Amino acid sequence: MKVQDLITRLGLTVHSGKEGLEREVTGGYTSDLLSDVMGHAKEGDAWVTLQTHKNIMAIASLKDLAAIIVVKGHVPEEDTTAESEKEGIPILTTREETFEITGRLYELLKSEQIV
Amino acid sequence: MNFSYHIEGGNFSRAGIASSEVKKILKQLNVNPTAIKRVVVALYEAEVNVVAHAYEGDVHVDISPEGVTVVVDDRGPGIPDIPLAMQEGYSTASPEVREMGFGAGMGLPNMQKNCDELSIESEVGKGTRVTMKTRFNA
Repeated sequence: MKVQDLITRLGLTVHSGKEGLEREVTGGYTSDLLSDVMGHAKEGDAWVTLQTHKNIMAIASLKDLAAIIVVKGHVPEEDTTAESEKEGIPILTTREETFEITGRLYELLKSEQIV
Repeated sequence: MNFSYHIEGGNFSRAGIASSEVKKILKQLNVNPTAIKRVVVALYEAEVNVVAHAYEGDVHVDISPEGVTVVVDDRGPGIPDIPLAMQEGYSTASPEVREMGFGAGMGLPNMQKNCDELSIESEVGKGTRVTMKTRFNA
């Protein structure tokens, strides 16, 4: 499943990093603790978080995550956005809370037998 | 091959630059992806520790055909009780740092898990030296 498919199926908004919409999503991870994501997320995960500062892009890039989904209508900071464009790793946004979007992401990936 | 990077204490917007550079270099050298991931996770955590706790630091990376040795040297407060600092969940990070999602007491344990040898020397009031060795075919 591509990042583009997540956007369509989950009704997400593309905030930045359009170049990466063809990246393959092979799983999901939800956490707001950066070291937890660093230690446990896997390559190809779509990462759900409420953090919006630039370090989320460092994590996404170092871990080769597919995309970041920022919850509750939070808007990523300017330098975060710039980094997403530069790295071609999409940041997607939703008004939903972490609980809801994580649940829907899990259902979707499960229905496609990805997780 | 040797590479060095400087880290500014308190500057979170630059945390991860050394890890990102080292990742690129290891990729170019066709190092196996699992080893690259381990080195990068360990180095990123070390960088964040310098940014979160020290005044400044330097990262020295030595790449040989067998593996990578990373030495992170900082000028900072030092660690009075290393075994305590190594405990998962223990952190002395400030509330501001915690709000960013750091300071959960997972950094040093992540470093331990993602290298083959970790050694920490520290002098209170002076600084800390962290040495991490990772073998490519561990």
